[in-house]
Amino acid sequence: MTPTEKRLASGGYLDRSQVLKFTFDGRQYAGFKGDTLASALLASGVSLVGRSFKYHRPRGILSAGAEEPNALVTVGTGARREPNLPATMLELAPGLDAASQNNWPSLRFDVQSVNSLFSPLLSSGFYYKTFMGPSRRAWMFYEYFIRRAAGLGKATMMPDPDVYDSRDDFTDVAVVGGGAAGLSAARAAAQAGARVLLIEQDFEIGGRLLSEPAGAAWLQAMRTELESMPNLRIMRRTTAFGLYDGNTLALIEDADPFAGRDMGAARKTFTLLHAQSIVFATGAIERPMVFANNDRPGVMLNSAIRAYVNRYAVLPGRNIVIATADDSAYLTAFDLLAHGARVTIADARPMAEPTLLTRAKQMGAEVHLATNVANVKGKYAVEGVVLAGKAGTTGVSCDLVGMSAGWSPVLHLTSHQGVKPVYRPDIDAFVPGPLPETQFVAGAATGSSGVSAAIAEGATVGRAAAAVAGKVGTVAEAPALEIEETAGPTTVYKPIFGQRKAFVDFQMDVTLDDIQLAQREGYESVEHLKRYTTLGMGTDQGKTSNINALKAMAKLRGISIPVAGTTTFRPPYTPVAIGAVAGRARGHHFRPYRLTPIHDWHTANGAQMLEVGLWMRPWFFEASGKDVNAAYVNEMRHVRSAAGIMDISTLGKIDIQGPDAATFLDRVYANGFASLKVGRARYGVMLRDDGIVFDDGTTTRLGPDRFFMTTSTAKAADVLSWLEFLLDTAWPDLRVSVSSVSDEWAGMSVAGPESGKILAAAFPDIGFSNEAFPHMGLAEGAFRDSPLRIIRLSYSGERAYEIYVGASNGEAAWRHLIDAGAPYGLKPYGVEALGALRVEKGHVAGPEIDGRTTLSDLGMGRMVAKRSGYVGEALSRREAFTAANRQRLVGLKCIEPGKRLRGGALLFAPGEPLEGHGHGRMTSITYSPELDCYVGLGLLAADFEGDEVIASYPMKNEVVRARVVSPVFLDPAGERMHG
Amino acid sequence: MLRIDCPCCGVRDHSEFRYGGDATAERPAHDNPDLDAWYRYVYVRANPKGLHREFWQHVLGCRQWLVVERDTVTHSIHSVNFSRRQRA
Ligand SMILES: [Zn+2]
Repeated sequence: MTPTEKRLASGGYLDRSQVLKFTFDGRQYAGFKGDTLASALLASGVSLVGRSFKYHRPRGILSAGAEEPNALVTVGTGARREPNLPATMLELAPGLDAASQNNWPSLRFDVQSVNSLFSPLLSSGFYYKTFMGPSRRAWMFYEYFIRRAAGLGKATMMPDPDVYDSRDDFTDVAVVGGGAAGLSAARAAAQAGARVLLIEQDFEIGGRLLSEPAGAAWLQAMRTELESMPNLRIMRRTTAFGLYDGNTLALIEDADPFAGRDMGAARKTFTLLHAQSIVFATGAIERPMVFANNDRPGVMLNSAIRAYVNRYAVLPGRNIVIATADDSAYLTAFDLLAHGARVTIADARPMAEPTLLTRAKQMGAEVHLATNVANVKGKYAVEGVVLAGKAGTTGVSCDLVGMSAGWSPVLHLTSHQGVKPVYRPDIDAFVPGPLPETQFVAGAATGSSGVSAAIAEGATVGRAAAAVAGKVGTVAEAPALEIEETAGPTTVYKPIFGQRKAFVDFQMDVTLDDIQLAQREGYESVEHLKRYTTLGMGTDQGKTSNINALKAMAKLRGISIPVAGTTTFRPPYTPVAIGAVAGRARGHHFRPYRLTPIHDWHTANGAQMLEVGLWMRPWFFEASGKDVNAAYVNEMRHVRSAAGIMDISTLGKIDIQGPDAATFLDRVYANGFASLKVGRARYGVMLRDDGIVFDDGTTTRLGPDRFFMTTSTAKAADVLSWLEFLLDTAWPDLRVSVSSVSDEWAGMSVAGPESGKILAAAFPDIGFSNEAFPHMGLAEGAFRDSPLRIIRLSYSGERAYEIYVGASNGEAAWRHLIDAGAPYGLKPYGVEALGALRVEKGHVAGPEIDGRTTLSDLGMGRMVAKRSGYVGEALSRREAFTAANRQRLVGLKCIEPGKRLRGGALLFAPGEPLEGHGHGRMTSITYSPELDCYVGLGLLAADFEGDEVIASYPMKNEVVRARVVSPVFLDPAGERMHG
Repeated sequence: MLRIDCPCCGVRDHSEFRYGGDATAERPAHDNPDLDAWYRYVYVRANPKGLHREFWQHVLGCRQWLVVERDTVTHSIHSVNFSRRQRA
């Protein structure tokens, strides 16, 4: 297949040696390298490319850039189906497979274009009224109809098979936009000595210069120069879509479709760019005019026509009406005339620049001043227009309509950080407001018109931006560019009311009538207008519609444009593939697990693993039972009757050293530590400043100036930060250092009546008699080449030892203990049994230390009865904490045979209605093999009378009676752990 | 993205830091039993518009607690110091 009749024989930024085949709606076409999907379709004579959102009106290609509201297509199939991509931004690549959207059964015969007949039904506020109106039944009725009819392309429901990267990048100067201003700024900043990153959303740098035949040589020279500069990088196919604190730009880069991607290479890359200074050279977007049927395929922006003719070598029409309120449209007309097209100019203004008029007439154009397009004929393609001027209306036949109603500077990024745009009546446009001193703007984005101005401004701000980074080297004059320039608009274009089907927002199908209706119904503020009509809510975010809507509203209200307001711009500037922001942080990589040094042994020996916070821990071992409920009870029984071994490497471990270490701990813990003897351990509880319990753990005194602290697994990081905070900010006079040794030590606990014998067998050099090594004692030694610490501590209530060795010897020590313990029946157990054992023993943990409970609530008030000067003391004594109905820790024992308790159950008095929050709640439960029933810990109002509660668990509709007892269900005298 | 110039490590992203609250609140001495003084330290905040001193810890760096002077309107950072040096 060869390019068709609309392609010009020569010219354009195309590589005609590379013919690319692609499909659109299943039909095969061809284009060249350098085409977009839009230009290739236009070259192939395809002008109808989609159906609109609400009314399913036939739509074509409006623009040649990121602002495109009409030509949205779906690319790819299956898991790679990606909807709503503007054809104007899709770089043509071999095998591109695109499809039109919103049509059934085909683009040309769309059944639902019948929606057009129902359009009064779908007018502005329709959704709003049906949702918010007195009866929502209307919505129930219409929902099916609307869901089928309205909407854009459909995303795939399958997981994204592609790979994305996300990264950070740094530069002195970031230049956003590679048009004349941006190229000039980048060159100046780089010559001044700054590291420069030039960001261009297109696959070709040059911006609107690509549409200027006279600019080609300059552009080529500039590109060659910039590409040779070692301190300048160019990112093409990259959109800066958001500006954040600290001159951080969020970039999204598409992979070069011609580069060929290796397996695992990213389809898109997300970059957080940290820049010392930023130059916004983002250009301007041309605004459509608002007239009846201005959405028909074949109605385009004049600047887009110019881009298609000059950059893509496509002549989209031969008989063309150019409607304008701006001199720049004449340049489009000249280019079309030069290619032999017939051109009629309808200039809305009473007068245009005389030299332009003369030249247009000389070249053969018909020019009508003070004339507007009043209507467009033709449904699937433009067939003609009705012109309305002073002498009345006349019909003109044509196959293409161009329009320009002035230019809107692209100021989205500059206002993301809250800088409000400012209206300039002289150019009828909003321009960026005053920017911070590290941000600059140049070229059309400032509202200035013309290439020479853009080059001069670019050079000035490029130098200034480099100076922010301290780079002030000599900058050579930029090469001059001889080019035809036009001034900006000389009058303010205003939409003319009373026209039907005159579209303001093409993508969201919002017409002039809709805006009038919104105003009549009181939705006058721009923010209300947007929400009422959905104007500007499409994937294009109203890039071509916001200003026209604002003008319409200003005119209806009889106020000026700046009084009518402007809309707030928020990131992203263009839609961003969410996968790129995630980068490789998906699935497992989103939050990597932490594994203990003994992990591999667990998985090789039948452990069912459980995610506990950041860690993977053994939940239970398969040898203990077929499921967790059977296994944990067996593991509990085994610990109480013989011995079990548990991996406790996840505990937070902190090395505390210094002459004032004991004083420090004495303040940090609510209970005293100054008196702790060397070689002894103590259970400690920390409070927060507000008097609430923070964490608990044990701390062992290794020497006069050295302590070994353990924290709960969950609070390990918080406790370390807290200790550092106190030393850095509150008590810098204390000579103490703290450092985390959590990863340096592997930890394991051997618990049960046989534990002493097992330890003695494993470590024959250490004495394990009660006299030599009592409860809360410490023994130090060596295991292989690693130091060894054994602390006799019990969490389960049984005689137990915590064994710490260097992490790299963790698994070896574990195996050593398993072997030494085999004759005594030592078996591993998991966290389910660990939690159950501590409930039976009445030890509090996370469910009770929940950020709301005090020491007294947890039954530990006596620990601090005679103490003062510890963290949280003052506020722990506040009145509210002694209220009569304060919930305190209790034990709860199920007294209904065959029933069970549940954590989270609410506690009521017998006979009381089971409503509200009750008098407390069950916090932790377990089946107790010792008592052969369910037992639990709970928090119950201290003024609750009676010793029986009703535990209600509404989630499962369970109600069970329980007796209020002591939280220590087992061995209250502690004979087992001391014995 | 805030960038904090850690006096130990240099300029780093705020994602390396942990926010630690108001640095202007005066912490009572550890043995001060005055409930009202602690109440003011723990709960009463000025919430100023403009410059504010606040604690940040460089958790993924040197782990020092820093006092950062930040403009709550513009988010620009005016100074960064070690908390220890400032207090001592
Ligand atoms: Zn640091």
